[in-house]
Amino acid sequence: MGETIVITSGKGGVGKTTATANIGAGLALLGHKVALVDADIGLRNLDVVLGLENRIVYDLVDVAHGHCRLKQALIRDKRFEGLYLLPAAQTKDKTAVNPEQMREICQELKKEFDYVIVDCPAGIEQGFRNAIAGADRAIVVTTPEVAAVRDADRVIGLLEAAGLNEPKLVINRLRPKMVRQGDMMDIEDILDILAVDLLGVVPEDERIIVSTNRGEPIVQERNSLAAEAFRNISRRILGEPVPLLDLESNGNLLVRLRKMLGLG
Amino acid sequence: MDLWQIVNRLLSRSGAGSKEIARERLRLILVHDRASVSPELLEHLKRDLLQVISRYMEVEERGLEIELASQEDTVALVASIPIRRVKRAVKVAPV
Ligand SMILES: Nc1ncnc2c1ncn2[C@@H]1O[C@H](COP(=O)(O)OP(=O)(O)OP(=O)(O)O)[C@@H](O)[C@H]1O
Ligand SMILES: [Mg+2]
Repeated sequence: MGETIVITSGKGGVGKTTATANIGAGLALLGHKVALVDADIGLRNLDVVLGLENRIVYDLVDVAHGHCRLKQALIRDKRFEGLYLLPAAQTKDKTAVNPEQMREICQELKKEFDYVIVDCPAGIEQGFRNAIAGADRAIVVTTPEVAAVRDADRVIGLLEAAGLNEPKLVINRLRPKMVRQGDMMDIEDILDILAVDLLGVVPEDERIIVSTNRGEPIVQERNSLAAEAFRNISRRILGEPVPLLDLESNGNLLVRLRKMLGLG
Repeated sequence: MDLWQIVNRLLSRSGAGSKEIARERLRLILVHDRASVSPELLEHLKRDLLQVISRYMEVEERGLEIELASQEDTVALVASIPIRRVKRAVKVAPV
């Protein structure tokens, strides 16, 4: 029996879908069978980020309403062995499924897959309730900004109230340079305020936009810190104790020099 | 703050970083958010307060009022507790 992990945030646009795609592909690269579920009904995104938008026949709502079998709606990602997508419906709205139906779908997927990863819509309304209904554990994504961390705090409270205790935090779009200049909250600030465990830190990386343009998860790329961050997050989900990335190692000349001289 | 950060701070033109401001604002926002989401929390606090205070004095339970009062940059717990009578001898546990 597999495990269902929901990826939430509260605030929109902080990187839930990007994280879902890359963690999913990352776990598949590590040899696991993974089903990604796009629970953002009406604003289907995950298919596009994964480059699978042309292969959709049935969707989550069709499965929930018995218009097709679960297997028929699952799209196999040919690039990542073991990775599958259950797409959201684009023309329906969030009330087209209910938490009970989501729970059943996740339950059924868990029989087949090692990991079921649910991409949650922004907000804390019904779409959120649906997305977390079948989850065994939760990941909260935030960026190092006041509004995003505030919403993360709210979501952590709601997750715990729903019995999803101790959600893990992913801090996305960190800019090491700004942190160094004292113009961005650092990892410690955020962990201190939210009082949760850290799952990983993903730096701001232009190549994420490039890879999204192409419809290819960045996680397999070499020479990208964001890719490495997502690979590490995937391994931590498996329980491996992977140390945090040194986010300075690429950009900063001084740090590179210090490294070369064996000082860093 | 380590030396590296201090050096960087001195070299950066913007002066004091905005992160301290962000952190402080966030801290305050969350005090409000977390307090305002649960009226039960205040009820529990009231009950516990009464229990402790009644060890020392007799209070008018119905008149008890507590609230979180926010000034510009602080949040204070303000309690108004009418006292009926102070007990004459209070056994204080040795510290
Ligand atoms: N680490 C990063 N560096 C640079 N760009 C990023 C990073 N993470 C995400 N982005 C970009 O931010 C945008 C929003 O990301 P994404 O769609 O994953 O967020 P979301 O939380 O799923 O949004 P929504 O709440 O609308 O579902 C995208 O354009 C994505 O490419
Ligand atoms: Mg999304």
